[in-house]
Amino acid sequence: MDSFMAQWVYTDTVKDHFMNPRNIWKKDENWEPDAVGEVGSLACGDQMRVGIKVADDKITDIRWLTYGCASAIASTSMMSELVKGMDLEKAYNITPDMITDALGGLPEHKFHCSVLGDKALRAAIDDYLEKNGRDNPYKKSVAKILCECKGVTDQMIEHLVATDQAKTLEDLQRITGFGTGCGRCKARIAHEFEEMKHIHGK
Amino acid sequence: MGRLIYLDNNATTQMAPEVIKAISEAEPVVYGNASSMHSFGREASRLVENARSNIAGLLQCNADEITFTSGASEANNTVFMIARSLIEKRGGGRIVTTTIEHPSIIETVSYLRKCGIQVDQVPVYADGRIKLDELEKLMGKDVVLVSVMTGNNETGAIQPVAEASRIAHSYGALFHTDATQAIGKIKVSCKEWKLDYLSCSGHKFYGPKGVGILFARKGAPFMPFVHGGEQEHGRRAGTYNTISIYGTGVAAKLAMENVEEENRRLWKMREALREGILAKVPHVVVNGCQDHEFCLPGTLDVSFENVEGESILLMLDMNGIAVSTGSACATGSLEPSYVLLAGGLDVELAHGSIRFSFGRFNTMEDVEYVLEVLPPIIEKLRAISTR
Repeated sequence: MDSFMAQWVYTDTVKDHFMNPRNIWKKDENWEPDAVGEVGSLACGDQMRVGIKVADDKITDIRWLTYGCASAIASTSMMSELVKGMDLEKAYNITPDMITDALGGLPEHKFHCSVLGDKALRAAIDDYLEKNGRDNPYKKSVAKILCECKGVTDQMIEHLVATDQAKTLEDLQRITGFGTGCGRCKARIAHEFEEMKHIHGK
Repeated sequence: MGRLIYLDNNATTQMAPEVIKAISEAEPVVYGNASSMHSFGREASRLVENARSNIAGLLQCNADEITFTSGASEANNTVFMIARSLIEKRGGGRIVTTTIEHPSIIETVSYLRKCGIQVDQVPVYADGRIKLDELEKLMGKDVVLVSVMTGNNETGAIQPVAEASRIAHSYGALFHTDATQAIGKIKVSCKEWKLDYLSCSGHKFYGPKGVGILFARKGAPFMPFVHGGEQEHGRRAGTYNTISIYGTGVAAKLAMENVEEENRRLWKMREALREGILAKVPHVVVNGCQDHEFCLPGTLDVSFENVEGESILLMLDMNGIAVSTGSACATGSLEPSYVLLAGGLDVELAHGSIRFSFGRFNTMEDVEYVLEVLPPIIEKLRAISTR
């Protein structure tokens, strides 16, 4: 069995977090979060929900649920361990790279599966600040993913519009490939595209 | 622990002991080039021809209608390139195939389209079988080749090959079937189905890897895909993979002898697993056709709601059970199985699909073990799922 297990494409840490995920949001636990964030979709093949408790702008506790592959499950589990006790600003700036590094790496084609954990966490922090009627000082430092499948962010779209590389929505699709995975981002990206064109006077 | 159960026989099979015995006896002594004139070459050639004759028996065709290739993918590519040559020679024409073929056809179709060749694809019903009336609608005198697989690798759906062949011929088109998954599981007959071409490979029926079989009816157009030698009467260049071809011949003989019993045995295990899963795991959808007559007997494709397939696959793997999944994550692409989507399955369900494929070496104990291990895995993954 040992040599058989050794052929896994994942590291031992990934395996461990996949088989024994930490901080699961058990349905019968009646755990009450201060804020919740959810990203992804079942159609895309991965969806995550993250709940956080916050005190003195620190994440005191975290729970999560993930529909997804082993990488997605392990990434969310690792993220939940990394940010426990972290202050909000630092947690808001956590990146997929930091999560994958902590996991000892993921196969290249599985990187996509790790990008949702941090997004879900940010969505939860956004929710927390909004619920408390506070401004979000962290937001502008972080790009927002609009097409989960192809990893297209709002900042990428802004750049392509501002530099005249994407004059039409077709240009944008050709360059970024948005909407060619699950297709659910199409309306969102069309909206963002129009808004960026407006902002940049194109 | 320590128990290993191989339920991925549609991916490839373990070699039969008879095959292992034959090739290990031949390997050290038969090393000549089958194209050489001397005794070493003649002995190698004898093994190749022995295999060719066994395979002709299995496929119900003549031995000189068989060409050996590197695999079914090469055989499929060869047939589509023959069609391309014909279209280019005639200055027009079309190819008609289906939406559920193996990637070695689907990707070849994309390539041919890029080269400016028109290819139409017949859709399938929810049970995974092609819509014959749609095939009929796509037909015309300009169609050069129709290609419909015999049995699908994911759903197991057996296609109406004889009918499709008849339709193709009534329009003067050539007919090809990729029978890779069907050999040894159902009776396949080049003669009865009036095939012009057939592709398959030995490693799916307990032979060694690296041997493909291309049947081309005597008189059917032929252009080599691999150029550079007079092997196979100029049809396919390259030194004969003698020992593996010989092993494939042994496997072909076994497949011919065992097909009926194998069919019954595989279906029994497959049905026991299907019934067991339905009894023990809620919210499950069984994909493809559930009628014995129209389903490859060892194939069971199941979708588990709200769980992602790669997670299931890996947890089963941890328990020594090898299966495959139609989930996007397992392939590294973002799209789940095009075969399941072609049948109209929800994207979510396609992501949660697991294919169990039985073979000669599986037993009822394997089914029982899977039924012990699988339900708690699904329960565990559902407990951490967003839904």
